[in-house]
Amino acid sequence: MKHLLSAADLDLDTATAVLDTAAELKATLLGREVRKLPTLRGRTVITMFYENSTRTRVSFEIAGKWMSADVINVSASGSSVNKGESLRDTALTLSAAGADCVIVRHPASGAAHRLAGWLGHTGTGVVNAGDGMHEHPTQALLDAATLRERLGDLRGRRIGIVGDILHSRVARSNVHLLATLGAEVVLIAPPTLVPAGVEAWKVPVSYNLDAELPGLDAVMLLRVQAERMHGGFFPSAREYSIAYGLNENRMKLLPEHAIVLHPGPMLRGMEISSAVADSERPAIVDQVSNGVHVRMAVLYHLLIGTEGNAL
Amino acid sequence: MSALLRGVLLYGEGDPVDVLVEDGVIARIGADLPAEGVEVIEAQGKVLLPGFVDLHTHLREPGREDTETIATGSAAAALGGYTAVFAMANTDPVADTQLVVEHVWRRGQEAGLVDVHPVGAVTVGLKGEKLAELGTMARSAAGVRVFSDDGHCVHDPLLMRRALEYSKALDAVIAQHAEEPRLTVGAQANEGEVASRLGLAGWPAVAEESIVARDCLLAKHTGGRLHVCHVSTTGTVDVLRWAKARGTGVSAEVTPHHLLLTDELLASYDPVNKVNPPLRTSVDVQALRAALAEGIVDCVATDHAPHAPQDKDCEWSSARPGMLGLQTALSVVAQTMVITELLDWRGVARVMSERPAQIAGLPDQGRPLAEGEPANLALVDPDARWTVRGADFASISDNTPFEGMELPARVVLTMLRGRITAHEGKVCG
Amino acid sequence: MASPSGAATDPAERRELLSAGDVARTVARMAHQVIEKTALDAANRASVVLLGIPSRGAPLAARLAEKIAEFSGVKVPVGALDVTLYRDDLRRKPARPLEHTQLPECGVDDRLVVLVDDVLFSGRTVRAALDALRDHGRPSAVQLAVLVDRGHRELPIRADYVGKNVPTARSEDIAVHLSEVDGDDGVYLSQGGQR
Repeated sequence: MKHLLSAADLDLDTATAVLDTAAELKATLLGREVRKLPTLRGRTVITMFYENSTRTRVSFEIAGKWMSADVINVSASGSSVNKGESLRDTALTLSAAGADCVIVRHPASGAAHRLAGWLGHTGTGVVNAGDGMHEHPTQALLDAATLRERLGDLRGRRIGIVGDILHSRVARSNVHLLATLGAEVVLIAPPTLVPAGVEAWKVPVSYNLDAELPGLDAVMLLRVQAERMHGGFFPSAREYSIAYGLNENRMKLLPEHAIVLHPGPMLRGMEISSAVADSERPAIVDQVSNGVHVRMAVLYHLLIGTEGNAL
Repeated sequence: MSALLRGVLLYGEGDPVDVLVEDGVIARIGADLPAEGVEVIEAQGKVLLPGFVDLHTHLREPGREDTETIATGSAAAALGGYTAVFAMANTDPVADTQLVVEHVWRRGQEAGLVDVHPVGAVTVGLKGEKLAELGTMARSAAGVRVFSDDGHCVHDPLLMRRALEYSKALDAVIAQHAEEPRLTVGAQANEGEVASRLGLAGWPAVAEESIVARDCLLAKHTGGRLHVCHVSTTGTVDVLRWAKARGTGVSAEVTPHHLLLTDELLASYDPVNKVNPPLRTSVDVQALRAALAEGIVDCVATDHAPHAPQDKDCEWSSARPGMLGLQTALSVVAQTMVITELLDWRGVARVMSERPAQIAGLPDQGRPLAEGEPANLALVDPDARWTVRGADFASISDNTPFEGMELPARVVLTMLRGRITAHEGKVCG
Repeated sequence: MASPSGAATDPAERRELLSAGDVARTVARMAHQVIEKTALDAANRASVVLLGIPSRGAPLAARLAEKIAEFSGVKVPVGALDVTLYRDDLRRKPARPLEHTQLPECGVDDRLVVLVDDVLFSGRTVRAALDALRDHGRPSAVQLAVLVDRGHRELPIRADYVGKNVPTARSEDIAVHLSEVDGDDGVYLSQGGQR
């Protein structure tokens, strides 16, 4: 694994290896005095975040630091990025400065692919930490890690992804990875939030959450971003919540063993009722802690066994 | 200056003949013409066509001379077999006044490689708010007969109605960039399977088709002349078929890239494949080829759009849309239309020369290959195969989506009013 | 370190150093040595912890604990300590799957930890284990038990308990088979050469 750009690039063996590594890392770090491994000593990991995301950036930063990598955060507001430097020049500069791995979050779909192309000759790896509406592969990995913890083998499990599929990089990555792991995915959303061309994703689409809930082993709620609410994709937050919000009555339709995931931050009241969010069922806190272990595992598989950036 | 083209096939048909060019016209056509005192060009087996006419070229001057100038664009045109090109109005300043269109016209004359006809903007500053001075531009030295806000759609139906109506007095055509802006906010790629997978905001076919349908209704209603730029969808073909059947004054063009390339190329996220309207599906490609063969789409226009490296070597959504086309158009048409037997070379003459000349009202272009006709000619080697290298092009920019492709057929000689402007890949200035 | 291809070695080219019976006897002898050297008795029972280094050190530690219980009546806590993340050759070798680390509930603080591995070779694995151990706590002392010591140390490390000393050439491979991992017991020497 040289880059992690898309969950579609992970075959079953690689995905399983990363998830197994994450599980072992979680076990080995549990209750330890020193939560630090020397594994990536001397490796330099740079996070480049062109969008604000404290959650994801901190998760990667902790992952790198617990593995003893030198982690440097470049934010779009605190660097030459703001002075109009191109993404390409910024990336080449960071690579020349010694980055073994660049973790990039960018509002443009495909930005991570472009970076990987520009850095192809340098030995610097690229991890996609979310590119536009395209993908967010480590989110899908941490979701899969959480699902495996709670449900075991995902083969034959039915996972409902609910909400703004159209604009969601989380949905795209999860559709790829869950299919690779043998789970069945059903997309549940109002028609305006389902992308044209979704037929090619080869997963069923439903407009009716209540009808799907009894058959699900897990519900994955997606964020509905504020700008969508005013974009005419649905009439009102209230109407969305009535049809697609996860409340206590809907929870009764879910099988006992089924779990609830949300990539955060949650829109309480609209996507999920507070009572549900604070109940035992959601695995949202597990998702966050698994995020660190999954990202450690990604860095391990990306940076181990390579001579790295030879400068 | 006199020249004798020896052994050519007129429109790729019949027996080889010699063509004698004298004083800017085709003086004689016949077998074994005497060669005394004239430059003889051995052209056995080559196909002779009327020089090509491009209704849709971006020459970037004035404003972005770092990407193309009228001189370099003219050279690219000559090498591509063109004897007339229409320079789009989206320059800086916009070609919306007599001053700018006459400047472009004059610069084209100075370059002297191809007739550069400026396209005038339909609206002031391409803003879609107020008609530009169409009449003044029409009556200027540039003699503008094609008006377009290309790059922007004249989306206000009232403004479009007025433009179609008003231009009737000028014997001009309104070339519409058909894109309903409300349906393409932030659009990055053909709305469909590929865009959904790549997470690129969709540019739905209906955004083009709805404007084309509306404009055809307006053209019929006003009696004005509409030309549809860069048709890209199956639905637009259907609308055009319907409109033409009911006697609408509408013509349409298709670009070489929309005849060959599909949105599957976007998987690399390389913006060299970014263009507006976007690359569509293979179903659309097949429909466009059939429509061009049938005449529903009248002609091929390049939408030659040079861009600087920094405007292409970036993330997809930040990249400028557009592709080079002048030096690859003939080969792409050969690949998509001739090899597929959808068109013969006479058909190529129709779609690349005769129809565009008629649409733009050029009296001396797209003329028959006959004695006494102006010697605006393109000589094509139908058996050549060559590999596209953007760096070798006469254009300053090198943003060709055909980079590295091996394509058939090549222009070996271009003649503008009897003067050789390009020969064997070299510009003859 | 044992040959990673141990179980796949062609039987015709390998020489048996220890039979299944020899392995059992050797483990028993090592158990006696541990009891003796750590003065393991009822009073001292709480202090010793066995940590096997996966993969084959882990079952070996379990066997050792079983024998110690049999001979002394003392049940010593057993665990597994994966050292993959502490290796010094991470840049050179492809990423390998992590083995399970399982420390006994009592932890390692103030314990006498006996690290258990199948083969002692360069000493680098033990060095990694010492680093890993440090991150889990502070033992009062650390000892090392190995089934086979084949020499060629690259670090100043020696074992406290050695089942069998086997002088080898660097090019040779030592393969330890344990039924828990390989399906049979035995120690074999073969001409490696690919090292």
